[in-house]
Amino acid sequence: MSEAVTHIDPTNTSTGLDSRKLGMWIFLVTEVMLFSSLIGAFLQMKGRSPADANQVLNVPVTAVNTFILIVSSTTVVLALQAIMNGDRRRLKLFLAATLALGATFLGVQIYEYSMLLHEGFTPSGSLFGGGFYTVTGFHGFHVFIGLLWCAGLLVEALKERFSPSNYMRIEIFGLYWHYVDVVWIILFTIIYLI
Amino acid sequence: MVDTARRGFVRHGARTWRDYFTFNTDHKVIGIQYMVMAFVFFIIGGILAMLIRAELAAPGMQFVGGKAYNQLFTIHGTLMIFFWIIPAFIGLANYVVPLQLGQEDMAFPRLNALSFWLVVPGAILMLTAFAVGGAESGWTAYPPLSLTTHTGQTLWAISLQFIGFSSIFGGLNFLVTIFNMRARGMSLSRVPLMAWAMVATSIIIVMGTPVLSGALFLLIFSRILGTNFFSSTAGGDPLMWQNLFWFYSHPAVYIMVLPGFGMISEVLPAFSRKPIFGYKLIAVSSLAIGIFGFLVWAHHMFTSGMDPLLRIPFMITSMIIAVPTGVKIFSWLATIWGGKLRFTTSLMFALAFISMFVIGGLSGVFLASVPIDIHVQDTYFVVAHLHYVLFGGSVVALYSGIYYWFPKITGRMLNERLGQVHFWLNLIGFNLTFLPQHTLGLDGMPRRVADYDPAFTGLNLVSSIGAMLLAFSTLPFLINVVVSLRRGALAGPNPWRAFGLEWTTSSPPPIHNFPTPPVVDGDPYGYGERPVPVAS
Repeated sequence: MSEAVTHIDPTNTSTGLDSRKLGMWIFLVTEVMLFSSLIGAFLQMKGRSPADANQVLNVPVTAVNTFILIVSSTTVVLALQAIMNGDRRRLKLFLAATLALGATFLGVQIYEYSMLLHEGFTPSGSLFGGGFYTVTGFHGFHVFIGLLWCAGLLVEALKERFSPSNYMRIEIFGLYWHYVDVVWIILFTIIYLI
Repeated sequence: MVDTARRGFVRHGARTWRDYFTFNTDHKVIGIQYMVMAFVFFIIGGILAMLIRAELAAPGMQFVGGKAYNQLFTIHGTLMIFFWIIPAFIGLANYVVPLQLGQEDMAFPRLNALSFWLVVPGAILMLTAFAVGGAESGWTAYPPLSLTTHTGQTLWAISLQFIGFSSIFGGLNFLVTIFNMRARGMSLSRVPLMAWAMVATSIIIVMGTPVLSGALFLLIFSRILGTNFFSSTAGGDPLMWQNLFWFYSHPAVYIMVLPGFGMISEVLPAFSRKPIFGYKLIAVSSLAIGIFGFLVWAHHMFTSGMDPLLRIPFMITSMIIAVPTGVKIFSWLATIWGGKLRFTTSLMFALAFISMFVIGGLSGVFLASVPIDIHVQDTYFVVAHLHYVLFGGSVVALYSGIYYWFPKITGRMLNERLGQVHFWLNLIGFNLTFLPQHTLGLDGMPRRVADYDPAFTGLNLVSSIGAMLLAFSTLPFLINVVVSLRRGALAGPNPWRAFGLEWTTSSPPPIHNFPTPPVVDGDPYGYGERPVPVAS
């Protein structure tokens, strides 16, 4: 990949751990800290809002949406498993499925936003609204980045770039996607359920 | 071997000066880009400091109005922290650490270049913020003031986002590089202390900086979208900013000094001709500072209206953090004890670092103590303390590192006589400026105010004269650098006869650093025990 510009081999390392993978894990640490600060801010705002502030939210629709995102995490696992077994057809299939499921999630979120804004639930209208749009917006942005990434991998998969000895980048994307999924489960619980 | 030129879009290594203005993936080029850019901002920030001291030379309002003064100290603090000390350390470490590890580059060369080039839009935004006005709530930008100031405050916040992302990618890169890319034979207990210091620094960066990003996003949304996170009139919580901000910004002071600790740990053994004393303790205490640094942030908020009971644990943790720092100080003293000291400019700065940093550290323990802090909060005592740590500590350590590695980076020696002139002017100017501020603060002179009671006149004048001397001391350094670049004595691979893999390759190193991958077969500070390694 890009690091080939010098002769740095990300697989031949002192710890034996692939550099790209270690880098992604450290990146996820930074992501955990970012979301921790935002979730902390959200909880603080929620604590200062009226108790029924979340009455405006549509829980059933978002519950279905949460399920869709969880399924998309499963398809990433299946895609990785497929290429590890050398099954390029199933790799493409499951990457496409991940893309479709993720896009559906984002579409539903945009629909939810438009309904809420229509009902007068805005970022500046209330503390709860400000916190809600900030954390869910940040998560939505992460899904969006993941979709672009997934689309890029799908294009490369269609060009048959991956093989049983070359799947690290699918695995790294998987780490990111699972993280985005886990964050959503936490967000869904503290925003919609509690 | 992959030909670097073949992938036309990537540049690696510098052949002409123009290559320093490109998206270059060579860690040596990036290191120099960082250092030169940071020094430019040091000078700009220094000019702002001179304007501040000119205004404060006498009571009453002379040169600038209140709003302009507020901008001066806001932009001065922001530039010195985010555009000088942090990038200068990152730059020098960028140059040195891959060499110390015996590698040809960082783990992610393109990410490294991106880290540098993210600073550039940040810098443009910060200067624009200064030009349009409005960034006048101090570098800490406490709401509600930072919500009511003009446009410049928004640009200030967006600028720091760029710096934050640059920092995060840099920290990630250092961690992967140091853990994953060590020369053959370099076990973790043979990693140079400079690299260990960068591990601790990078841990703080990846854990802390994202929280600053989060806080800045909330501030930006509040200013642009009208969210009310920090606005007490709408039910928001202004203290939340202080909590989030200091969760990053207190550990950030260790981002600004741990690399300096690393540099001192390289310089002292080299000029004492003795192995470092307490290698493991120095490495572990860096990590301890990195971890404890996250448990002390609320000591900045003792007078902000926090629960009085919570002050006690934060006071205790803040005092505990002096312990690993003390471990280092005594290890360094034991290192030079009985050594054959060679008083080069680099060693002089290293010794000055120890004494200045101890003064700053001791006033830090005073400030950690709740009853004293309540008395001196937001007085010049705090200003004196933070400058002893950030100038007497960070900047002086940086100078020590620059005098030490300049021959490696340029292939030429700096002039020692000019170096000594620089050192003494710097040390005298610095102490004249900031020592009196301790007294001013204890007598109750508040910081961040353009005017003061005439009773404070004498010491303020001394401080202003010292500041001018301090600014002037930069001149011999700059002349030294410019002249030595052309006419300095040739350095050769190892002018200090120092240990460390960076000294086993030519000065400056070739494009891929080492002709053959080096192998390590001993501890990194074998002074007096083994022959100095020679260039291969």
